[in-house]
Amino acid sequence: MSPPLLDVEEEEGQSNVTLLASSASMESTCQNSSALMERNYMGLSDCSSVDSSTLSTASEDNNSSLNLKATELRLGLPGSRSPERDSELCLRSSEKLDEKSLFPLHPSKDNNYSSVQKTVVSGNKRGFSDAMDGFSEGNFLANSEVNAMLSPRPSPNLGVKPGTVKDNPGTSAKMKEVVPQNEVQERPCAANENSPSHIAMNNNSSAPATKAQVVGWPPIRSFRKNTLATTSKNNDEVDRKAGAGALFVKVSMDGAPYLRKVDLRTYSAYQELSSALEKMFSCFTIGQYGSHGAPGREMLSESKLKDLLHGSEYVLTYEDKDGDWMLVGDVPWEMFTDTCKRLRIMKSSDAIGLAPRAVEKCRNRN
Amino acid sequence: MDPNPKRRMDSPDLSESNRFSPFPDEVLERVLSLVKSHKDRSSVSLVCKDWYNAERWSRTHVFIGNCYSVSPEIVARRFPKIRGVTLKGKPRFSDFNLVPPNWGADIHSWLVVFASAYPFLEELRLKRMTVTDESLEFLVTSFPNFKALSLLSCDGFSTDGLAAIATHCKNLTELDIQENGMDDSGGGWLSCFPENFTSLEVLNFASLNSDVSFDAFERLVSRCKSLRILKVNKNITLEQLQRVLVRAPQLTEFGTGSFHQELMPRQYTELESAFSNCKNLHILSGLWEATGLYLPVLYPACDSLIFLNLSYATLLSGELATLLSHCPKLRRLWVLDTVEDKGLEAVGSSCPLLEELRVFPMDPFDQDILRGVTESGFVAVSYGCRRLRYVLYFCRQMTNAAVATIVQNCPGFTHFRLCIMNPGRPDYLTNEPMDEAFGAVVKTCTKLQRLAVSGLLTDLAFEYIGNYAKNLEALSVAFAGSSDWGMQCVLRGCPKLRKLEIRDCPFGNAALLSGLEKYESMRSLWMSACNVTMNGCRLLARQMPRLNVEVMKDGESDDSQADKVYVYRSVAGPRRDAPPFVLTL
Repeated sequence: MSPPLLDVEEEEGQSNVTLLASSASMESTCQNSSALMERNYMGLSDCSSVDSSTLSTASEDNNSSLNLKATELRLGLPGSRSPERDSELCLRSSEKLDEKSLFPLHPSKDNNYSSVQKTVVSGNKRGFSDAMDGFSEGNFLANSEVNAMLSPRPSPNLGVKPGTVKDNPGTSAKMKEVVPQNEVQERPCAANENSPSHIAMNNNSSAPATKAQVVGWPPIRSFRKNTLATTSKNNDEVDRKAGAGALFVKVSMDGAPYLRKVDLRTYSAYQELSSALEKMFSCFTIGQYGSHGAPGREMLSESKLKDLLHGSEYVLTYEDKDGDWMLVGDVPWEMFTDTCKRLRIMKSSDAIGLAPRAVEKCRNRN
Repeated sequence: MDPNPKRRMDSPDLSESNRFSPFPDEVLERVLSLVKSHKDRSSVSLVCKDWYNAERWSRTHVFIGNCYSVSPEIVARRFPKIRGVTLKGKPRFSDFNLVPPNWGADIHSWLVVFASAYPFLEELRLKRMTVTDESLEFLVTSFPNFKALSLLSCDGFSTDGLAAIATHCKNLTELDIQENGMDDSGGGWLSCFPENFTSLEVLNFASLNSDVSFDAFERLVSRCKSLRILKVNKNITLEQLQRVLVRAPQLTEFGTGSFHQELMPRQYTELESAFSNCKNLHILSGLWEATGLYLPVLYPACDSLIFLNLSYATLLSGELATLLSHCPKLRRLWVLDTVEDKGLEAVGSSCPLLEELRVFPMDPFDQDILRGVTESGFVAVSYGCRRLRYVLYFCRQMTNAAVATIVQNCPGFTHFRLCIMNPGRPDYLTNEPMDEAFGAVVKTCTKLQRLAVSGLLTDLAFEYIGNYAKNLEALSVAFAGSSDWGMQCVLRGCPKLRKLEIRDCPFGNAALLSGLEKYESMRSLWMSACNVTMNGCRLLARQMPRLNVEVMKDGESDDSQADKVYVYRSVAGPRRDAPPFVLTL
């Protein structure tokens, strides 16, 4: 089943994809796609973290399936961008048309695709169309980091990739530079409805390719940049990682900007998993409802959380090895742990089609 | 004590100065030894020659804000009894890679002079200096009584240097290594502390990446009973943390390691109990990758928390809200913008005593404005935390009205650092420049000492600053201003200005030269990517011989453009160790 498009934005929260990728991967990415690999574009960031975290290793099947999916003109997977956004983007930046021509809407050029997809990936995590512009090298670097991570993207999204590509040549030299910088130029973001008189934007429209990189901006010290990049990078790892006795899968929750990981082997039944997830996401959920100040552990009381989680606002689903989204609990536990690639706590309203489920009104903690 | 109290008095006024000095020198020196602040000491030294002498003989700690403003020989000549030195080197923008490597600020020449002048040197605190392993080794052999080393934002050394410190400094009380550009070749340095070594009081290795030997570390903590500040790196797990914490319940400042290991319930309880045994914990940091799951173990310790540094914890708003509800006495809080505006609302409602707030961006290079905090979070904090005086706020959008409200709620700001991350961004609601925002800041916050501006700004903002910011000492400007007039307003207007750093602004030679009379009363001026030319700099250098006017040239640029200009007063003359890309005019 394909989860609906609309919660894309919520899912993506993964600021994971960040900034500093190793220079090694950066180089390889550079080589792969000179003109195309520039930035990650938010435009494509609809790919929620769920998506972008999908690929651990570039497997053949993944590639082909991705390409197919990428060619779909509708959004099949969570985090895909809705068509409206694309048109917004188109309108917003007419000068970007030439860039768009670099990204054909058909998958004929697989190379381009994969590179584009690669570049897209990290951008996707953000989920903002206007993010298209002004992609920092940081994103680029993150991109290269997630080289192997290809996400299916509907082709229209790929078309939306303004300016970034252009900057590539200019920026690749700087990639190696310590700091990934913001592109001052871009930003015909939605956010920036303002100023065409905007200093940065003026330059942008003329010759983005020659735009200078902004070194040292925003003013963040290297240690912090590197540390947060590593944090994001760790979160970027495969969503299912089996190690010695441990089996980590990623769990995302609609509306939560960040993912968590759970080790499925520490649980022996659905009930335990469910309780743990409730605890893990309780703060977020409760934060959402604006409740705070509850003393100590009461926040984590199972019954209250169950109210929220089972109380039909959310359902727990997982993606199996075939790529299908299933309701958790249908198969025996052992089979579940064998086939579960990642988990997602999604809103009941979006779970239509997974299983018939009564959608009750969400009850408050009181 | 000054062995020859009158030796400077070789003038015939000897008896006169005696008459005006009611105290014997011994008394004067004893009294002055109680004056600790270096600014006060500078003032004392200016009163008269007697006091100058008494002060110089009684000074034990010297603070040098710009290592090139004075030479080590001059320092040694003036202050014979120094036990502790604080030195700052590179311009602040070097933290953001605006200064090429090998620029200078090498500690070694200082250590050589100190080795003969201050063999009993105990403390060395360095910020933005280049320190090599050889220098560290030289330090341990030259100063047998060495006790405290603090390196912040330095570069050039590795863990080998730390190993030398650990091995040889028998009386070490402090080893504070923060955010340096260093080579981390392993955690073996920590195992170099001898088994009979017990004097450590401060240990901070939070920014080192390699594993230390946990056994050695645990033993070290056990035997150093005076340990009061401990900050571990992220490789220390929660389980290990518990074992360390039970051995050091006396800690006042603690930086945890990674905060997201899976714990069994028993371990969880033990960790919680370890925290509850720390009755003196006032400052908490670390908390890498903390999630709501384990934060509750901190609750028992939260009651006495004054400073909570969550700037490496990707917390969500609800998680922060819950945590803060346990920290009523909080005065300083650093967070990541993952907490979003909702989290900041919780700050406003839970922390009425808050004086300092820093909000760092999780994704500084991400232009997506849906992430992070906005003006409403800041406003919410200002309503709840009226005592706010220090703020560092990274956001992507701001309005003039919001800032006006904020400073109206909190007029006591002494440090206002607002970074709207997209350069040159106007008020996103009205599309106007952010001039009025900073105008409100300087008009309302009369005690303002430090200001960092951002967003779209015209010269008007700088007019406001020049006219109103009478206590301003440090100003940081980027991507702002319309013409020379802006910078001229600041240079003519802010009487207490000491540090001015400017990047990517349209200020040129006229602006640079308008500060001729000002620069000698300032520590330094930095201008990069502005419109200043070499000729302008040469003119400045010619007019003001006691300033060092240095230009850093980028390889490719035009010969007439002065890409990076660094101007500072100095009694040591031009640098003798300048690399080829630094031209002193």
